Amino acid sequence: METEALVRQACKKFENDKGRMMDVLWELQNTLGCIDDHSMEIVARELKTSRVAVEGVVTFYSFFSREQKGKIILRVCDDIIDRHAGSEKIASAFSEELGVPIGGTSSDKTFSLEYTPCIGMSDQAPSALINGVPITNLTPESARDTAKELIKGVCPSSLVKKTGDGNNSHELIKSMVNNNIQKRGEVLLSTDVSKSAGLDAALKLSSPDVIKEIIDSGLRGRGGAGFPTGEKFRLARNTNSDKRYVICNADEGEPGTFKDRVLLTERADLLFDGMTIAAHAIGSNAGIVYLRGEYAYLLPYLESVLAERRSAGLLGKSIRRKKDFDFDIRIQLGAGAYICGEESALISSLEGLRGEPKNRPPFPVEKGYMGKPTVVNNVETFCCVARIMENGAAWFSAIGTKASKGTKLLSICGDCTKPGVYEVPYGLTVSELLVMVGAHDTTIVQVGGAGGVMVGKSSFGRKICVSDLATGGAIMVFGANRNVLGIVDYFLEFFSEESCGYCTPCRVGVIFLRERIKKVMQGLADKADLGYLRDLSKTIKMTSRCGLGSSAPNCVINSIDEFPLVYSSHMREKSDGFAAGFDIQKALDESRRIAKRTSMIYDPVYGEERGLGE
Amino acid sequence: MTPFTGKNEALENKMIGDDIVFKIDGVDVRGRIGQTIMEAADDAGIHIPRLCDVEGLDPQGSCRVCTVKINGRTAASCTQPVADGINVENRTPEIQEYRRDLVRMLFHEGNHLCPACEASGRCELQALGTDFGILQPDKYPYLQPSRPVDASHHDVMLDTNRCIRCGRCIRASAHVDHKNVFGYVGRGINKQVGVNGTDLAHTNAAVTDKAMEIGICPVGCIIQKRVGFFAPIGARRFDKEPITGKK
Repeated sequence: METEALVRQACKKFENDKGRMMDVLWELQNTLGCIDDHSMEIVARELKTSRVAVEGVVTFYSFFSREQKGKIILRVCDDIIDRHAGSEKIASAFSEELGVPIGGTSSDKTFSLEYTPCIGMSDQAPSALINGVPITNLTPESARDTAKELIKGVCPSSLVKKTGDGNNSHELIKSMVNNNIQKRGEVLLSTDVSKSAGLDAALKLSSPDVIKEIIDSGLRGRGGAGFPTGEKFRLARNTNSDKRYVICNADEGEPGTFKDRVLLTERADLLFDGMTIAAHAIGSNAGIVYLRGEYAYLLPYLESVLAERRSAGLLGKSIRRKKDFDFDIRIQLGAGAYICGEESALISSLEGLRGEPKNRPPFPVEKGYMGKPTVVNNVETFCCVARIMENGAAWFSAIGTKASKGTKLLSICGDCTKPGVYEVPYGLTVSELLVMVGAHDTTIVQVGGAGGVMVGKSSFGRKICVSDLATGGAIMVFGANRNVLGIVDYFLEFFSEESCGYCTPCRVGVIFLRERIKKVMQGLADKADLGYLRDLSKTIKMTSRCGLGSSAPNCVINSIDEFPLVYSSHMREKSDGFAAGFDIQKALDESRRIAKRTSMIYDPVYGEERGLGE
Repeated sequence: MTPFTGKNEALENKMIGDDIVFKIDGVDVRGRIGQTIMEAADDAGIHIPRLCDVEGLDPQGSCRVCTVKINGRTAASCTQPVADGINVENRTPEIQEYRRDLVRMLFHEGNHLCPACEASGRCELQALGTDFGILQPDKYPYLQPSRPVDASHHDVMLDTNRCIRCGRCIRASAHVDHKNVFGYVGRGINKQVGVNGTDLAHTNAAVTDKAMEIGICPVGCIIQKRVGFFAPIGARRFDKEPITGKK
């Protein structure tokens, strides 16, 4: 079929609705291997929007491309944990074997090879996605073998030789991913979890009583911000509107986190049950799960669970024969943008726009998806909602600490013997955590992902809870052999690549932070640079528009405070009185090269020694 | 269950348009429910620096130069609604330092060679820089973009190396001209203003568009052809009056 017809067909599949732009673009990317200018023009015409609006969306998401990609796309996870586990060697092995440069596409358009930020497999690093199929625990040898198979024409799904535990072996998933559940708590990962007990209990109550139960339980959002969930439901319910939405944020993109992957694999029913309860509570008939593009391999399975629930009367019209309760859920696939984990950016993305945060106020509970009151919670929170309705607020609030009720799922990875998912009651100290995961000689515990808190040895007594170390659950452990500045540099690189670019401090300031950290790493910084880093960090923190920008400098400030010796060991005092940051030889290098001559003043034999001018 | 909206109770009992009172730098300011802090400040003759906001277009909140502190928390005054009794810090040394850094960042992000720029003297970035005492922007490294100039259009040219991503042209084209000549493309530091076609000549842009009007682009990115340097030095917009509005 010619391009024009294909594009029009893709648009028609989603009823030429520009709100479904993401689905249309996915369809085109998958069938055509790119979304070029011509396709963008047709999409704009069919969806009745402008070409530049389509281009804006295409160029925002890293899984969409204007240039032709290979039929098989290998994305090597470039998370810091994967780097430490040798992702660079994996990428080189793929590159050599396939004859494709990293970041390039083979001339016959068969293979594309690129790095991608955390794919949610840090507990089985290094890993890669090959046409969306996760290949985990890679070694350079297994990467070479994989590449050889691909060259032979083996399809990516056949690369999976042995499927993982639990539902990873389900016929609709068939993935080599392992759950790595290390500790099961009584709320979420205990083995006896019902598919609909929560909803059945909730439907016996009026909506306000359901909200009251959630408020009484003390449940706070599990995404990290810790907003009281019942309160959120109440706010959405009390905003006058003809329509309300329930949205699940399944876009866990925080480097080093993977616990929602396990919940989506093993507790999909619980999630959908929780969303249905939320719908009953706020009076909604439409729900959306925003699933990160990296978890596309779970999509067929999740769709099948939704279908089963529809036929069991747990979704769809007149749920559980309640005449006035209709609710259904659709799944929206993301396309590789960390910022879409921010709830208002997620809503923008769902509306078919660039995934940029919205101005607040108004908050989503007042004016969210399509301008209607919307509850956005993450996977874990909805699962907790279902369990609270099943077992009661008192049962839930008896677990945890005074301010942080219940259990928390932690994704723990890095330098430890037992990486994986742990369900623990709130209040665990960092020291206790390190013993639990089998970590020895630990230097840094990064709590809360790239923008979280860098906890050094002196603070290992701190507790994981809302009032101390609040976290969405991403915990990375770094041993004594890791380079602190290298980790800081990685986080800044991550933030500069994932910044949406909307506001000045995050778009520009983070670039400058990274430049100065590089200078420290090169041994060219002096004490004044620490002041510069602190000032710049403060401006970025205080003026950024959303949490991405305001948390990006955390790693800089934290590392300066926690590891002053690391910084001072990189600083040098210069005897000649010049500022350390100024290396006159280096500064003159380029002009010497251009002029093809040596410096008379600084080093008469300079050019000969360095072979300049050749 | 009693309705609960989570909003300021005092606000709840008032209707849009009702007067409220709040403080900016200790001075009482009257505002109306539904206004932003910047609108109320403008009405009261108090200047809050800004770049992405311009009269007649919806606020966007992207440059962050209008950042203020409200009851101790920072927010963009162009998008933040007024509320009864709030305490706004505007011209404090701390806030001014943030703004100075932001203006510097914009200078360093693009190529701003004022003496050679047609917008010199009417450029809001330059005027704000002057107001903040940034005579030589040398705090940060220069990013020195080298994007091609789009001179394809008969009457207008674009030098996006000077663009500060304020999006005023985008909003003017979309909401006033109803044309969508411009739009954001790319992400992060590569976020740019793109045009609705292969280049500006392949759009329905016209020099008479609001988006092309002098004063919509705050810098020298959108330049009208054949009218360059229309005002002599001494008679340019900010020669006559500083950007803060007061002599």
